[in-house]
Parts: sequence; C-alpha cells; structure tokens
Amino acid sequence: MLFHDGLLSHPKVSIGQKLLHLHWLFVVLLALTAGIGFAMLYSAGGGNFEPWASRQMVRFGVGLLGMVIIAVTDIRLWLRYAYAFYFMVLVLLVAVEIAGFVGMGAQRWISFGLFNVQPSELMKVALVLGLARYFHGGSIEDVGRPMFLIPPLLMVVIPAILIVRQPDLGTTLMLVLASIAMFFAAGVRMWKFILAGILGLIGAPVAWFTILRDYQKQRILTFMDPETDTLGAGYHIIQSKIALGSGGMFGKGFMQGTQSHLNFLPEKQTDFIFTMLAEEFGLVGGLTLLSLYILLLTYGFVIAASSRNHFGRLVAIGVNVTFFLYIFINIAMVMGLIPVVGVPLPLVSYGGTAMLTLLFGFGLLLCVHIHRDLTIGRRDSGDEF
Amino acid sequence: MHRDSERHKLFTRRALMLGGGQAALLSVLVGRMYYLQVIESQRYVTLADENRINFRLLPPPRGRIVDRNGFAMADNQQNYRVVIIPEQAGDVERTLDLLSLIVPLSGGERRRIRREVKRKRAFVPITVRENLDWSEVARIEVNTPDLPGVLIDVGQSRSYANGLETAHVLGYVAAVSEKELTGDPLLELPGFRIGKAGVEKVYDLALRGSGGSSQVEVNALGRVIRELNRQEGQAGNEVRLTIDMQLQHFVAERLGNDSATVVVMDVHTGEVLSLVSSPSFDPNSFNTGLSQVEWESLISNPKAPLTNKAIAGQYAPGSTFKPVVALAALEKGVISPDTTIHCSGSTKLGNSEFHCWKKGGHGLLDLTGAIEHSCDVYFYEVARRTGIERMAAMARRFGLGEKLGLDLPGEKNGLMPSNKWKLGAIGVPWQLGETLIAGIGQGYILSTPLQLAVMTARLANGGYAVTPRLTMDRVTPTGIEPYTDEEGAPLGLSPEHLAVVRKGMDNVVNSPTGTARRSRIPEDRWQMAGKTGTVQVRRISKAERETGVLKNDDLPWIERDHALFVGFAPVQNPRFAVSVVVEHGGGGSSTAAPIARDVLRETQRLAELRPPRGHQDVQAVPQSGSKDGSKGGPVVGSGKPPVRGT
Repeated sequence: MLFHDGLLSHPKVSIGQKLLHLHWLFVVLLALTAGIGFAMLYSAGGGNFEPWASRQMVRFGVGLLGMVIIAVTDIRLWLRYAYAFYFMVLVLLVAVEIAGFVGMGAQRWISFGLFNVQPSELMKVALVLGLARYFHGGSIEDVGRPMFLIPPLLMVVIPAILIVRQPDLGTTLMLVLASIAMFFAAGVRMWKFILAGILGLIGAPVAWFTILRDYQKQRILTFMDPETDTLGAGYHIIQSKIALGSGGMFGKGFMQGTQSHLNFLPEKQTDFIFTMLAEEFGLVGGLTLLSLYILLLTYGFVIAASSRNHFGRLVAIGVNVTFFLYIFINIAMVMGLIPVVGVPLPLVSYGGTAMLTLLFGFGLLLCVHIHRDLTIGRRDSGDEF
Repeated sequence: MHRDSERHKLFTRRALMLGGGQAALLSVLVGRMYYLQVIESQRYVTLADENRINFRLLPPPRGRIVDRNGFAMADNQQNYRVVIIPEQAGDVERTLDLLSLIVPLSGGERRRIRREVKRKRAFVPITVRENLDWSEVARIEVNTPDLPGVLIDVGQSRSYANGLETAHVLGYVAAVSEKELTGDPLLELPGFRIGKAGVEKVYDLALRGSGGSSQVEVNALGRVIRELNRQEGQAGNEVRLTIDMQLQHFVAERLGNDSATVVVMDVHTGEVLSLVSSPSFDPNSFNTGLSQVEWESLISNPKAPLTNKAIAGQYAPGSTFKPVVALAALEKGVISPDTTIHCSGSTKLGNSEFHCWKKGGHGLLDLTGAIEHSCDVYFYEVARRTGIERMAAMARRFGLGEKLGLDLPGEKNGLMPSNKWKLGAIGVPWQLGETLIAGIGQGYILSTPLQLAVMTARLANGGYAVTPRLTMDRVTPTGIEPYTDEEGAPLGLSPEHLAVVRKGMDNVVNSPTGTARRSRIPEDRWQMAGKTGTVQVRRISKAERETGVLKNDDLPWIERDHALFVGFAPVQNPRFAVSVVVEHGGGGSSTAAPIARDVLRETQRLAELRPPRGHQDVQAVPQSGSKDGSKGGPVVGSGKPPVRGT
C-alpha cells in the first residue's frame, strides 16, 4: 500500500513509484477509444490522415502526457489550488464576455496569441475541483443545512449564466447536470432535489422567453418535429438518422459510408462522428464503442468509491459524470432523442478543447486512483503541502 | 475517521444510484440504436439510396429517314459545342475574353452566360456556343491549356441533307412544347427534339426510340461521383420512304421557285416516289430556332412556303376531271363512246350561256375527241345528262372529296359537291347550271394534287382503289413490318369504258391535235398519256368576253389561271402517275404538261437504272388474277395494254 497510514507523514513518494501504480488498464482503454476515433477521422478524411486524423493523434499524444503528469502530482496540490483555479477560469469567462471573439457563431473563444482557449470547457473541470473542495470541507450535518448550499450554488450559477449568454447551451447543460450529480453524491437531501425539480418546471417557461436565443428555441422546436424543416435545422437530424439506420447490423464497411462520404451527413468529423461509425460499422460498431465507454465509466465509479478521501471521491464522480454527459448527450443527439446541441463525442470527435478537458479530467481521476489510500482531514486544505 | 466513513457510505450509496441512472440512460441509447439500425434499417437504407442515387436519362439517337434506295434524307449530325465549367475556369470573364478571340461572343451571349453562371452550380457545364465548325473546334482544342474549364462537347442534332427539297415530306424536329408533354420523361430532357411536321411527326414514336438510363452516385451537392449502372436505350427505328431522292431533287429543281406541286406515284403499289410542294423552307433552321425576320418572311410569302400544297392545297380540278365525268356518263349509259356532240363555242341553259375555252367551237366530236381537245361544250352536255349525283359518286370512287390517308399530317379533304352538300353548307338547292360547271371540273369541286395523282393512278391501273403511301414498310411505334395489302379493291369499272377514256388521254399527248401534243415524251417505251387542266381563279365578265379575254400574261400573278396536268406512263402498261399543279401558272398545256413530261421521263429513266425491288412481286403477279375470280366483276387487267397511242 503506497499511502498507508504510516506513510502519511512522508507523503513524498517518488514519481517512479506513482507511475508504477498508475491505472494502466484505464489508460489502455482510453487509447483504444481514441484509436476508434483516429480510424473514423481517417475515414472522414477520405482515407487520409490529413487533415484530421494525424492532428488528432498528435493532440491525444500530448494530452496523454499531460494526463499522466496530472495523475502523478500530489492530490493535495489540487485540493489546495482548487479555488484558485476555479476563480482563474471564472475570470477568463468574464474576459471572454468582454474580449472574446465570436467563433462558430458563438462567443466562446479567448485568444492568447499563439493558441485559443475556450474557458467554458475549462470550467467543466474547474467547477468539479471547486465543488469537490467545498464539499470536502463540510460534514454530513453541514450538507444538511440549506445555508451551507448557497456558496456552491453560486459557484455553479455564475459561470452557468456567463456561458449560456455566450450562448452555449450544451456546455451550460453539462455544467449544471454535472453539478447536480456532485451535489447529489455529496449527500444533499433528496427532498431538495425534488423541490428544485418543481421550481425548474415552473422556471422553464420563464427561461423560454428570457434566456433562450431564437436559434436555440428553433433547435428545440425542430427536434420536436424534424420533418417540417428538411433543408434547414431538421436536415442534420434526418440525415443522421438515415445514416445510422442504413448502417444496419454490420454497417457498410470502413470508408464505405455513403451518407458521410457524399457529405449528406454534416459535421461528420466532429459532432456527428458517432453516426459515421454506426453507418460504417453498424450496430456492432456502435455497441463496441459504447462498451469501451461503459468500461471506462465503471472504472470511474470504482475509483470514486474506493478513494479514502472525500475530495478524491467527489473529483472522481464529477469527472465520471461529465464524461457520461458527453457520451449521452452526443449519442442521444445524433440519434434524434434530444435536440441538436453542440456536444462532441468524447475522445473520438475531432477537436482540441474537448480532448483537453477530458484528458485533464482523466488525469485527475487517475490522480485520485493513485492517491486512493491517502486520507485527508476535513479541515485539511493541503496548505502544508 | 468515523465521520468520514459515514460520508463514504453515503457517497457510495449515492454513487451507485448515479451509476444506476447512467446505466438506465445508456440502455435507452442501446434501445434506440437497435430500433434505428435493426428494426427500421430497411427504411433508412432506401432513404440513403434515394439520397445518393440519381437517375439520368440517356436520350436515344433518333432513327434516320432514308429514301427508297437507302439515301439518308434525315440524319443525326455531330453537333460540336463549346462549354465552360465555371469551377474549373476560375476567372470566367478572363477565360471568356480569351475564348472570344477564337469564337467571337456578342454582348448578349456573354450576358446569358453570366446569368447562367450565377444561377447554376459551379460544376455544371454551361453552353457557350453550339454548332461549331471544324476550324473553331480545332483552334479551341489546341489552345486548351490557356482556356481552363473550357471543353468541347459533342451532341447530336438533326440534319436534312436536301432540306429545301424534302421539307414538306420530312417535316422537321423542334423542342418539345408544354402541351406536347405526355409523361414520357424523355420529353422533359433539355434539348430533346420531337417531330413537329411531316414524316418526323407521323412516325415520331418509331423514330424516337426509347431512352436509356444511367444510375449515378451523387454527393450532397449533386455532383456526380461515379456511374453505378447504365442501361442503354433503344435507338429509334430507321424509316425507309418510298421517295426517290434523285427524283425528288429533279422535281424540285424543275419547279424552281414556282408556286407549284408535283406528286409522282406508283399506280399499283401507291408508293409516292416524289412529292414536292414549292417553294419550300429549310427544316434545318427549325432545329436551331428561326430568327424573327426569317419567320416573318416565311409566313408573309404569298406562295405559302410553309404549306404542303400537295396535300393541303385545294384546287378545282378543271379539265383533268373530265375523264371521271366521262366514266360516270358511260356507266349511267347516257352516252356511248361513239356519242357525238356538236360544239359551236358555247351552249345555252335557260338564260345563261356556257362557253367553251375555244371561241369558235370544236365542231362535231366523239368522246375520245372531246377528251383530246378538252371540249367544254361536250362535257356540259354530258354533265347535264349524267347529273351531279352520279358524277360525285364516280369521283369518290377515284378518291376525290375525301382524305386518302397518306402518312403525312395536314391532308385536306377536297370537296365533291352534291345536292345534299349544298343544302347543308349553303342552304340553297343544287342548280342545273352548277352541274354543267362541275362537268368541266370547276365550281365547287376542290381537289388536292395528291387526290389528282391518285385519281390518275386509279384510271391507269385498270380501276383499282390504290391508296398512296410514303413508307416502304408499315411503321408502328413498336417496329417495322412489311405491307401486306398493297393492291386496292377493284372499283368495278367497265374495261371498255376505261379503255375509251385512256384512249382520249393518250391522244391528248400523242395525237398531233391533242392539247398537250408539245409535251410528248420522245422515247416510245416511256410515252405518257394525260389530261390538261386550266382553272380560272377569277370570273370572266360578259363585258370582258365581248372586248376580248385578257391573256394570262397581261394579268397580275395572283389572277392568272392555275395550270394543271395529270398523266401516267408508259401508255401501254402504266406504272407511274403524276399530277402537276402550277398556281397561277397560266395554261395546263403550256406550263403544267411540260413539267409532267420531264418528271415522268425522269421517273422512268431512274426506274430503268434501278431494278425495282419493292414492286417486283406486284408486277410478276397478274393484276386481275385473284380479284377477277372472287369478284367476277368487269375489270381490266392492267398487265395488258388496253389502249394504244396513235
């Protein structure tokens, strides 16, 4: 046992030892999932590594390295700087509001000269860390007090409002849902969720007329009846369903997807990459990817449940739920179960930002795994580190 | 760490619930995948194919139209056109600038091209110019490197080798109009042409063929990625006409710019060897579209070049009708071949006086003499005795007054009047005077040049109801099959009567005193018999008759007489019949008969050059044989010369 009680006073364990205890099976599963992504991007490029597959591979390689680095850092470091990180990202979000430029029809990106950052993506991780830190410091009794819940609610609501104003409904949705899951895992009483649900039902019509932009309303309306607008907003869903359905049980074969290769399928390398997979490899291909995801999610739960420190448990469950939301929202969207929201398929869709967020998150998850036997006191904020 | 283990337990419980929730949601996804990819899969396969597969029609090559000897009268010609693909051209304007150094482009053309470039997708070729000549094609091909996106495209367009000479027979093709759409998708192809007149129209379905199809895979923008499947169409059938192009050419040249018609037909088979209506028009220009000026000049021309006068022109037959009148009278028994009538230059009926064309009169004439001299007074009397009804009945047996069913659109009925017709059409009973006028083929009687040719053929072939046709074989929309019932039914005429009439017609040409004696064919074996006709188009007033009838040369063209001639040859064993009508041509003997002579001479010359194929059988079989047996009627075998020229 790496962090046996006896080792607590000697928390400095060598990096080599930590690497040895890295959850390598998890890393292999990640690589397999990303590998499916490379194959699909190779196909999307018409049998070329350019322009997508090769870049995605480089990104994944770099991201994997970052993930391992994060995994072997001391978890108490993350505990200590959780709030700082959260506030930094919050500041970036505000900066986007002021200085960000509009990319892909929404105000999401901020430029740092050489590279562009999407602070809303970073917020997914920052919020997990922030909330984990907050609930780590609260006893069961604390969590039972409504007043205790006000600061974490603000921690969720403020970025959520900033992001929904950008406007980015998908990210907001993920942020809010992941936070609810963390509140739930932290032990917030059931009745409070029920109350919030009722309030939400009342608030939804209000949101419809105040917060939602026309294009967002349109997406929801289109989703209700996609056939009414076959060339506009409904086109994506219809073509995606045709691609999926025509894939059948075993698919049309690698690089043989007619819908994707003849460009009937929009955004085949990003949001609709699952559709392409299901068209070319059929139900079997789709279920294979889903199985990998389920394995990763299961390990996520196991890691969360086996951590002996509350911060680690909450971080793990936050990352796990965020990962799940990516999977569910994307796949449900391409199959026409929910409105079209711009959420990529994790580890598979082409794109750097989501990859960054995810590998950052998995790094934390693996970090929790490595430090699973480390107990951290409720009032211990990692300051001695 | 007791308190943490409590938190841990609560966390684990809640985490399990979250896991359960995730599992439930993921199974919804799996269920949905199963529904789309297994249960509903077939529907989506179909939809995906509909997305990607386009059907393109391949127009079939139109069938050729050839003359009786296989000469291509209507053919398909390669039409070279230059097209530009904007996507490949890049700077379209610059490319067009360069292109106009080879093919000068007008401002209007460039505007049209610019408009199409804007309207169509960038990969769709846009026609810059059609019907390029060889030098233009060659110069464009050589300069291809400097003309990005410029291609030479080959299409097919209809071309008529001797357009002006065949326009009225062949008709022409042109773009499909809205009204002509039948649901055949071929007709909706841009640039598809269908027959609009003549043989092109009548046999359009046979000539058209059936379209092929090509299944192509297209992408979301409609660009063709590859061809998946190709089904060649069925080319249109070749239609072989009875026309002899050499004869047709000869006739057209002979008529020149006169407003005239000539119909030459085989008296046994009904094959029309030549059918010319002059002046004509160029059917090739209808293919590409006529300019406003060309169109105006065509429709304002008093000689009606767009009308096929051979089947749609209606003329009083004049004296060419006299043989029919004679046959009606002989059959009724009101005259015999020897009946003589004295012509003093005119005859009186009540208060009216009816004049002969010869002012001093012909004196005493018998029937053959009356035909030979075309005596009007003789036929006034014959008509009076016969009556209009018997004359009309006889005329109908010869094909006058009704459509003959030639395979050309626009055939006219002509008019064979009777008492009943006049009551119906004008509301006044028939007058005896009108019978007299009808006796010399004037008055209400109208006939088409085709009817006159058929009338002559039926006289010449021994009284069989031969019908005219333009094709060597029967053409149906599905194919070509040989004719089986070539010979018409016997008309039930007495051979003796026919012989007398034909004797008269022989004398018209071959007697030293005949009206057409100057138009005798010099070769004995080709000699023709015939009948002249000169038809007044104006009324000659009493005052004019007293001061002297104006000569045709002194009249404006439009008031001059029509000149007619019908004839057949050879006299001994007739094979060909001809009708000639020269509008406002003056006299039948002076204008029409020489044309008929030249045409029949050429017809026989050509027939001797080429061993007859089509009607070999017909000649080998005795004309009367089986028909005599079955009907037992008094008919004449045309195999034996019934008349001998003097």
